[in-house]
Amino acid sequence: MMGKKRSGFLVSAALGLSLLMLACGPASPAGDGAASGTTTVGFLFVGPKDDYGYNQAAYLGSVEMEKAMGARVKVLRAENVPETEEAERVMEGMINQGAKVIFPTSYGHLDPALNVAKRHPTVTFIHQGGLKTAPNLGTYFGNIYETVYLGGVAAGKMTKTNKLGFIVSFPIPQVLMNINAFEQGAKSVNPNATTAVVFTANWCDPGKQAEAANNLIAQGVDVLTQHQDCSKTIVETAERRGIMSVGYHADASALAPKGWLTGAVWNWGPLYTQEVKAVLDGKWAGSPMSGKYRLGIKDGAVDLAKFGAAVPADVQALIKAKQKDIIDGKLTPIEGPVKDQSGNVKIAAGVKPSIDDLEKTDYLVEGVIGSVPR
Amino acid sequence: MLSIVEAVLGGAVRSSTAVLFAALGELIAERAGVVNLGTEGCMLTGALGAFAVTAATGNPYLGALAGGGCGALLAAVHAYVAVVRGANQLATGMAVTILGLGVTSFWGRSFVSTQIQGMEPINLPVLSSMPLLGPILFQHDPLTYLSMLLAPVIWLFLARTRWGLALRATGERQEVVYSVGYSPTMIRFAAVVAGGFLAGLGGAQLAVAYTLNWVENMTQGRGYVAVAMVIFASWNPLMAVAGSYLFGGALSLQLALQAQGVGVSPFLMSAVPYLVTLGVLIVVGRRRRQAMPDELRAVFEGSRG
Repeated sequence: MMGKKRSGFLVSAALGLSLLMLACGPASPAGDGAASGTTTVGFLFVGPKDDYGYNQAAYLGSVEMEKAMGARVKVLRAENVPETEEAERVMEGMINQGAKVIFPTSYGHLDPALNVAKRHPTVTFIHQGGLKTAPNLGTYFGNIYETVYLGGVAAGKMTKTNKLGFIVSFPIPQVLMNINAFEQGAKSVNPNATTAVVFTANWCDPGKQAEAANNLIAQGVDVLTQHQDCSKTIVETAERRGIMSVGYHADASALAPKGWLTGAVWNWGPLYTQEVKAVLDGKWAGSPMSGKYRLGIKDGAVDLAKFGAAVPADVQALIKAKQKDIIDGKLTPIEGPVKDQSGNVKIAAGVKPSIDDLEKTDYLVEGVIGSVPR
Repeated sequence: MLSIVEAVLGGAVRSSTAVLFAALGELIAERAGVVNLGTEGCMLTGALGAFAVTAATGNPYLGALAGGGCGALLAAVHAYVAVVRGANQLATGMAVTILGLGVTSFWGRSFVSTQIQGMEPINLPVLSSMPLLGPILFQHDPLTYLSMLLAPVIWLFLARTRWGLALRATGERQEVVYSVGYSPTMIRFAAVVAGGFLAGLGGAQLAVAYTLNWVENMTQGRGYVAVAMVIFASWNPLMAVAGSYLFGGALSLQLALQAQGVGVSPFLMSAVPYLVTLGVLIVVGRRRRQAMPDELRAVFEGSRG
């Protein structure tokens, strides 16, 4: 998701070509969109649309938005857009085709998008996960740690060895928040549950994922979860080795009919629809959406994937109840007292940290095995 | 505790196989006097070819063969441009890797969510039940066994056969090969293509025996580790085995240590193969350089394109 560098010159070339073909195709009523009542909306994805991961979730959101808006929008999509100036060229290409709204969906698309936004003040840019904004560029993100917490509850209830495994990429705040939320969730129902963490130093290296999974399983871990861009290898490896898994990004239950518990997934459709509708109705500028817009489980931006066959009804009911408590504001997934691994109090008892505070997380909570690589 | 050691070391062997295949392939090419920086690209085409054919036929063995074929095909591009047309080997190799990355990303898209039945590990009778060594060495997928057998076979081929001698002579002084009536160009071409086949098999192992997945750019630099490995191994196939397992073991061990709560930096570990290779080049440079095929020296030192 974040900071991924793809060195695919040819990927970009192929992409450029396909954009060119799009541009030359017969179905391009470029520019005059507004007059005919149809607005062109462009989406950029950093990876392929069916990776059981971050990009698949964003792609599905774009499809849902397209359906919801019907004839009011025409959607352009570009996959495998690297986080380089190539992204600027893709956005310029979309604007040439009449795009008035652009969703750059990868963290590293932010700087290219800011550059293009400066050149095209009449185009609205809506970036996924960014921490910087501009007059015509707002960002949005979902507080997915809330559902990761619920995944931790499922894992804590289901584990027999009390050892959970979490395969992650880089020690950025969002990743550390997810690890902490998962362990807090597991601990809330099973005080003995520990979470062993492995950093692969990569967003998607199936070889390292398989190896990390096998190592964790050898150490007695019986529930695996992850924060990687592509989730398929880990879910499949867990299933083959006969252990359970909690998914991330997208519903991968089809890959693990036996061991799938649930997963923390994005549900971008309603949010994308809300944003596009606001732009079309002239209500976007000045609204919270034009700043750093953050939504949680109660807004439907993040959700739990469906439960696997392994999860008994009482556990499902417990998780549903906790989900409702979060929605009703009765339960805050990360709230004080929270201690780090050496027992230092990081969040005092009774304190509910703001999302800005959480996005500065640089420690792992008590019960997590592993350390933050410096 | 013992079972963890077995798991870590066994995992190291299986995860090193892809690099080992590619290193052996690169070694054959370099012994003939050609550097193939396209190894990374050959691994990628091998991985996709193997995955696609396995998905289509349901047979991972056929897939592995196709993977080797795809690697050989891409290596043939390198061989044609660098050996036959005499272009700069290093530049051509890089171009071939970029080409491999591009075509596999393009054609591989539809396979990203495909599920396959890959090669299952096979426990070798008797051997696999040995204490310690059994689980570490003899409970693997067939391609891993093949890679273990291949190293001594290549060593014997190079050291003890007429064709091996011709190949080595091509790498040392091609005029000599001319004078006895062989074509150095043909030998080089064949060596590069054979090396590409092995790199393709390495990619295939990653895709259809180890991860059972295809993802764009899934080799993540393993081809370059293989090129570094050949230098580390002083162009000796048996040393390449040791080197591959050493690096694979280091990677596997750091993942296992992390899960035990021991602080090791995964970022540093990713750089270790290259750091060690640089170290080897600096510290024992002179002696190792004696091991370098003479014609290769020409490539690196620029007297030949």
